[in-house]
Amino acid sequence: MDEKKSNAEAYWAANLRLIAGCLVVWALVSYGAAILLRPLLSGIAIGGTDLGFWFAQQGSILTFIGIIFFYAWKMNRLDKQFGLEE
Amino acid sequence: MSQFAINILFVGASFALYIGIAIWAKVGSTKDFYVAGGGVHPITNGMAIGADWMSAASFISMAGLIAAGGYANSTFLMGWTGGYVLLATLLAPYLRKFGKFTVPEFIGDRFYSKPARMVAVVCLIVASVTYVIGQMAGAGVAFSRFLEVEATTGLLIAAVVIFFYSVLGGMKGITYTQVAQYIVLIIAYTIPAIFISLELTDNPIPPLGLFSEHSESGVPLLAKLNEVVTALGFNEYTADVDNKLNMVLFTLSLMIGTAGLPHVIIRFFTVPKVADARWSAGWALVFIALLYLTAPAVASMARLNIATTVYPDMAGQVESMEEATANPILYADRPEWIRTWEETGLIQYEDKNNDDRIQLYNDSESFASTAEQRGWEGNELTVNNDILVLANPEIANLPGWVIGLIAAGGLAAALSTAAGLLLAISSAISHDLIKGAINPRISEKGELMAARISMSVAIIVATYLGANPPGFAAQVVALAFGIAAASLFPALMMGIFSKRVNNTGAISGMLSGLIFTLVYIFIYKGWFFIPGTNNLADTPENWVLGISPLSIGAVGAIINFAVAFSVSRMTPEPPQEIQDLVESVRYPKGAGAASNH
Repeated sequence: MDEKKSNAEAYWAANLRLIAGCLVVWALVSYGAAILLRPLLSGIAIGGTDLGFWFAQQGSILTFIGIIFFYAWKMNRLDKQFGLEE
Repeated sequence: MSQFAINILFVGASFALYIGIAIWAKVGSTKDFYVAGGGVHPITNGMAIGADWMSAASFISMAGLIAAGGYANSTFLMGWTGGYVLLATLLAPYLRKFGKFTVPEFIGDRFYSKPARMVAVVCLIVASVTYVIGQMAGAGVAFSRFLEVEATTGLLIAAVVIFFYSVLGGMKGITYTQVAQYIVLIIAYTIPAIFISLELTDNPIPPLGLFSEHSESGVPLLAKLNEVVTALGFNEYTADVDNKLNMVLFTLSLMIGTAGLPHVIIRFFTVPKVADARWSAGWALVFIALLYLTAPAVASMARLNIATTVYPDMAGQVESMEEATANPILYADRPEWIRTWEETGLIQYEDKNNDDRIQLYNDSESFASTAEQRGWEGNELTVNNDILVLANPEIANLPGWVIGLIAAGGLAAALSTAAGLLLAISSAISHDLIKGAINPRISEKGELMAARISMSVAIIVATYLGANPPGFAAQVVALAFGIAAASLFPALMMGIFSKRVNNTGAISGMLSGLIFTLVYIFIYKGWFFIPGTNNLADTPENWVLGISPLSIGAVGAIINFAVAFSVSRMTPEPPQEIQDLVESVRYPKGAGAASNH
């Protein structure tokens, strides 16, 4: 019983770490690069404008897709690793 | 064949398809009705979520909003996509594991409280009803423009079609019509965009065209656009914004609101496994991104197109931008699409200085002296943001069938979202209100009948409100997102990630988040949106810390979290069986199909 419980706890802790990592990237590309840090990135030119604008209108959306697929892939592996998959 | 006949053909064919699906998808159980039997493939579900999510606002209005606001309105792009990261990591897989039919049901069970469930029902109904009004009104506009029928008649036709597939087929009918509607709307959106991108940048992929060279002038498209709009006295298209706090909070409100909207969440209940719920979120965002990456390209290209239509000298390589703005076209020489849309009143022209030419510029200080020199007496052309996408095929001189496609696409976007919302409303009534509170012993057959009746009533109410939209229709989107962000999202998240938050904490959290958000909106927008009852004018100087009422949902959410945690600390922890429930939601093992016990 205890072993089962600690296994489940380890799984949940791993999930929380993974979520935290995903949400850091999520915030960095949107609230960071696209909004708050845009003035710092204004030196980097891309297609007639600056990197911050690209992140605001394209980069953040593409990164969001990457984050979700990474999370899904990684979690489905964790499910199996901890023997908690359906 | 006349344009009218082509439009009828495209819209008629798409409607026939939806009705065909309705007849094929007729359901016999509440499980089919609420969650499409729980066996929808994650890619299919991703596509259905795409149509469910992308409303008349995304299809018709968003590109226009971005065209008008430039960089500042990127908030819509990030806000309406970033919520899917929250759904995938914080809500969808666990709510799928919980395996029930509705959002209030989770809140009621997790917080072992009927009042909590009822608060959730009220939030769900208010958010969804306000949202559905916009869809029905959007369908009415599309009908009146393309099919030359009265908006009300159009609305009734739309209502009958929705009635068919949602009352007969429930979630199952809605799922497969949403898949068909997604295909119709994405083709309709991207084809004109591809042609416009080719014409302006020689690049057939609009998102790449956005960052390419403008072929006529040889300068990057966005640099060209900045030159053109500043020469006409507008702000730079890519200009940064001053009020970053408000921009962050607005984006956050849209993201949290997206993740908390019940009609999106319940779509995740239809897949077979927890892992599929995660994949669904990814696929949904892929399908949504096809439109959301095209929209900003459409926005900047259309903005440039309109300016160079009025000032043809501005299009090519220009020595002096100021000279290029000196020769606007004669009103008599305006292109056909301006004529067509003038008839709808969505483009308006007023020859203020009686020179028979069209002056399009911003009445700003930077342009005032130029205007005075030239004897211009104000901007003369007003273009409604909403026509950008609908007029795209005409602006790009595309054949009539593309216009027919746009008509079918706009209706698909409005109908698919309306159906999803109506299902969320009717299942909250039949499952949470009738079975959950009024008559728990109702039979399976009785509940299915109740679900169908609630759906019919919801359609009638939505159609009525769509035909007679209350004056606040334009503001209600803020209300829907504010409510979802401030009440539902935090409650759902705490229900999964905290074992300590108890019934008292959750209810006080939801109510304080909700009331705070509503009061802040009402202070600026009028109490219950009644004009003239606002306490402060809705202008940035009056906003607390520069936070707009549209951005307040995020603050409401923070208050909800804070109150729920503090109150829970001071009251007894949840009983053991509730803590076990939270445990079970966290681990995919033993999910089984969505069930009703």
